[in-house]
Amino acid sequence: MKLVDEYRDAGAARKLAAAIARRATRPWTLMEICGGQTHSIVKFGLDELLPKTLTLVHGPGCPVCVTPVELIDAAVALAGRPGVTVCSFGDMLRVPGTGADLLTARARGGDVRMVYSPLDAVTLAAQHPDREVVFFAVGFETTAPANAMAVLQARRRGLKNFSLLVSHVLVPPAIEAILSAPDNRVQGFLAAGHVCTVMGLAEYGPLAARFRVPIVVTGFEPVDILHGVLACVEQLEAGRAEVGNAYARAVRPEGNVRAQEVMREVFVTIDRNWRGIGRIPASGFALRPELAAFDAARRFGVGADAPPEATECISGLIMRGTKKPTDCPAFGVRCTPERPLGAPMVSSEGACAAYYRYRARKTAPAVSG
Amino acid sequence: MCLAVPGKILDVAGDDPFFRTGRVSFGGVVKPVSLACVPEAKVGDYVLVHVGMALSIVDEKEAQEVFTYLQAMGELEELTPAPPPAG
Repeated sequence: MKLVDEYRDAGAARKLAAAIARRATRPWTLMEICGGQTHSIVKFGLDELLPKTLTLVHGPGCPVCVTPVELIDAAVALAGRPGVTVCSFGDMLRVPGTGADLLTARARGGDVRMVYSPLDAVTLAAQHPDREVVFFAVGFETTAPANAMAVLQARRRGLKNFSLLVSHVLVPPAIEAILSAPDNRVQGFLAAGHVCTVMGLAEYGPLAARFRVPIVVTGFEPVDILHGVLACVEQLEAGRAEVGNAYARAVRPEGNVRAQEVMREVFVTIDRNWRGIGRIPASGFALRPELAAFDAARRFGVGADAPPEATECISGLIMRGTKKPTDCPAFGVRCTPERPLGAPMVSSEGACAAYYRYRARKTAPAVSG
Repeated sequence: MCLAVPGKILDVAGDDPFFRTGRVSFGGVVKPVSLACVPEAKVGDYVLVHVGMALSIVDEKEAQEVFTYLQAMGELEELTPAPPPAG
């Protein structure tokens, strides 16, 4: 596939890994933000290509993983109501809420449908005026333009039966929260490539300057990731702390201005609870008050704060890069993709799912006799 | 979150930029994609698509950059002896 295969070229990857080994004279700890990057790193064994002195820690860039449990419970509750159709991205279906997940809700007779795009949910609403269609709008800034466009298209088409259950989270506040933590070890970031395709680079300059960390916008294929690591290491070795762009074929400094306009028309920034991490100020989106008719939380009176979860899941520590999935005693033993204790094991961008799928895992010794 | 894939625009439909869509080929698999956020995109362009929405036209010149850099690095290595590999 053009514009994909070239970036998986093993020769190019090895050359970049060699260049990194030459440049890195000291130990460095880098964090890749996006779950998609984590999956690529683990799947292609990129961390094993790097010198041992370079540590890659996995960040919280998995919107499914950080969706607060009260919103999962809200979606499950809505799925149980007659006349309501809940549409969702596939990997939200198996994320456990306080009790059930959406797949269980479907098994119990709820109308839960997997869609590829929020625009498909709008089509569904138009085709079924007798049903209330709710789209579970989860995502970072990458997904916000599509979710915003869904609302605007529904409004343009005069649909009265379409709403979003919004669970949007933003990357720069997450970076700030990670860097502000007293136990932070991260010295450089590989920023989320497609988030920056939408938002551009402007938000990262102040972070790089304030915390003195290089932030390099990075793509997702092996060559892209190694390119981002090299650019980050070069800055660290030179004592620089700037925003770099190692994904220029997909990211322009200004981002996608039209997409940003669409987002501003639909969303306002609010404080958000990140599952496993806690409240981060100005870190999420909600629908503008004038669009309340498209806001499922307001329309159906769901999604209020829930008490903290009592669970063995250490997702928060994993998403801040403090622990790896294999550090978790439940990993592969009591927590598997089929029976997850938390979201990172079930999301397509979850770090635990990546390790489970692509790495030989340590499991508890087989019980004998 | 970030799983977007590049595909080639085969054809475009819709006069209203708001509802403009294209059929996009991802290595042979063709899907309808909203082009509302890339109004300048045209047939033949490669676009990055995420959940049914095109977010950016891929800059094919920039796409070459890392390979040009690697080639230059390779040529440089031929001129200077490589240091022993790091541990």
